Amino acid sequence: MTQHVISVRVENRSGVLARVAGLFSARGYNIDSLAVSETEQPDVSIMTIVVRGDDRVMEQVKKQLNKLIDVIKVTDHHPMESVQREIMLVKLKALPAKRPEIYQLVEIFRAEIVGISPKTITVEATGEPERIDNFIELIRPYGILELIRTGRISLTKD
Amino acid sequence: MILSGAEIIVESLKKEGVEVMFGYPGGVVIPIFHHLFNAPFKFILSRHEQGAVHAADGYARASGKVGVVIATSGPGATNLVTGIATANMDSVPLVIFTGQVSREMIGNDAFQEADITGITRPITKHNYLVQDIKDLARIIKEAFYIASTGRPGPVVVDVPVDISKGEGKYSYPEKADIRSYKPVTKGHPRQIEKACRLIESSKRPVIYAGGGVIISNASAELRSFVKKTEIPITTTLMGLGAFPETDPLSLKMLGMHGTYYANHAVNECDLLIAVGARFDDRVTGKVSEFAPKARVIHIDIDPSSVQKSVRVDVPIVGDCRNVLADINKQVKAPSIKEWVSALKKMKKEHPLGYRDSEITIKPQYVVEKIEELTKGEALVCTEVGQNQMWVAQFYNFTEPRSFFSSGGLGTMGYGFPAAIGVQLARPDMRVFDIAGDGSIQMNIQELIVAVQHRLPIIIAILNNGFLGMVRQWQQLFYDKRYSHTCINIQPDFVKLAEAFGAVGIGVDKKEDVVPAIKKALEITDRPIIIDFRVDREENVYPLIPAGTSVKEMITSELI
Repeated sequence: MTQHVISVRVENRSGVLARVAGLFSARGYNIDSLAVSETEQPDVSIMTIVVRGDDRVMEQVKKQLNKLIDVIKVTDHHPMESVQREIMLVKLKALPAKRPEIYQLVEIFRAEIVGISPKTITVEATGEPERIDNFIELIRPYGILELIRTGRISLTKD
Repeated sequence: MILSGAEIIVESLKKEGVEVMFGYPGGVVIPIFHHLFNAPFKFILSRHEQGAVHAADGYARASGKVGVVIATSGPGATNLVTGIATANMDSVPLVIFTGQVSREMIGNDAFQEADITGITRPITKHNYLVQDIKDLARIIKEAFYIASTGRPGPVVVDVPVDISKGEGKYSYPEKADIRSYKPVTKGHPRQIEKACRLIESSKRPVIYAGGGVIISNASAELRSFVKKTEIPITTTLMGLGAFPETDPLSLKMLGMHGTYYANHAVNECDLLIAVGARFDDRVTGKVSEFAPKARVIHIDIDPSSVQKSVRVDVPIVGDCRNVLADINKQVKAPSIKEWVSALKKMKKEHPLGYRDSEITIKPQYVVEKIEELTKGEALVCTEVGQNQMWVAQFYNFTEPRSFFSSGGLGTMGYGFPAAIGVQLARPDMRVFDIAGDGSIQMNIQELIVAVQHRLPIIIAILNNGFLGMVRQWQQLFYDKRYSHTCINIQPDFVKLAEAFGAVGIGVDKKEDVVPAIKKALEITDRPIIIDFRVDREENVYPLIPAGTSVKEMITSELI
């Protein structure tokens, strides 16, 4: 089961997200992440959907997506041929004694401290999802209080 | 031109050339009904919304036109759901208008409110909630276009009451232009060429034709294809009539209750040519053992049907009619004489059959007599279950759009309301609903509609006092534990017919079968119920148990 990043251009109107989501849920496919936004055209939205499945399942998913009337275009983004990014916000338990270590990690990963309180630090990290995964592993020992990710967005390079 | 929303709907329907509309009124659609009162098309008032949508479905299947339905919000709309799902599974073009509470009340749990676009999203080809009156005419244009093109299907248009009552500028678009919906109709020339070469080099080919042939009006092209290549052909339930079953090359129906020779032909073939069929589980049984020696050509307009359950060697996405016409232009006949004669021999040695009786009425005998007395020219609707399979097996269909049945969803209660739509579309033809005593009770309220419009539909109930198909499975697979399938406490169907103003005929003896059908055929101004008291425990054979292969076929009673 490989992970696929599917980019779906859709009409920007109400109900479309429900159609797309319904298509996955009705077949029991779990979505790993989903990001929706407007595009260069105000009447078009892009949904970037990360989903796991073998090639046959993915072929069927793409066909079913294409079958939806509001779907304009479906593309499967290969990681080598596309730029993929994600934003993460994480709130860490950070008593003053531990802070220098955290600052160092933040610097190495070119992340950013975006909030600070007497007992916590909030960090923002942007980058390739795998890089963010690595960052999370490194900061986990300090105590993650809350973590949120936007889900990945992706553009093809050519 | 400034019109009310309700007027826009009626004007748009006129533009679409609608001749018949089916439906049921209610609070939020009163403004629309106000203008339907003197609309220049026929309105058929059902007695339950499900009846309306099945009737529109029957009308659409019989005529090839779009069936049009209207119902009110809430329960009116939810009562349509089974009918919409039925049409969706069998690719029937419908445009369904539902009333909705006014826009500012949506989401408020208002009286008779239901989120019908949400409910019908997975069972429609597309649906709309009209949010601005200026979109209404365009939406209706698109709804008809989407319903009737590509792989057809039902489209729901949900109209809030304040839109029906409100006013807006009306101009009906000349054509629907939807950038995200461009169905492919022509097959790819290279794929067609590949298919032709594969056909020409095949030694044991079989054509497997489905409902897509009928929907795309490709029957003539299919017949010339068979004539040219002499390849034996089997059809699915939905494909009955696509090719004459009386032809020596016809293997009749395949699948769970298909013929011995059709299923064995598919099992042995080296090339399977699927045309407008979707490899449904009732056809394939265990997929890994379906057509194990065959390469597969699959012609279908719906790309998502291709490679869905069976691996295909040559997929051709396109309209069956266009693709077959293109194939016919270049294909040469393969040399398959031995194969054809082997199949003809198998057909002779393992015919469909049943053990007739002089004491009881066999349901298959009734079906045969109906075919005989109508010269096989009747339009036949069925319900779902044993009645449906006996019709499929024992009535030889020769023309497209002459068999009407809920294939994909398997909706009991479909047949009779559908027959109303069929009879309205084809007033020149005799229409039968061959029913079971279970199914007919599911939408019997529609009988009064047939009486009102003097539709001489003949309802032939194969009455065995059981929910027969389930009982058969209980007998064969569940230790004869007939849990809640005995329904011999039932209405007197003759009196029931009379109470509705129809004609009722009861038949208990075999010798009365033919006279009863003859008598019914003489009546032309009202519906007729013939209650055939058939053998109670007759089963449908052959039977390939669900999820198994042709090796497991049960061909007759295991005693």
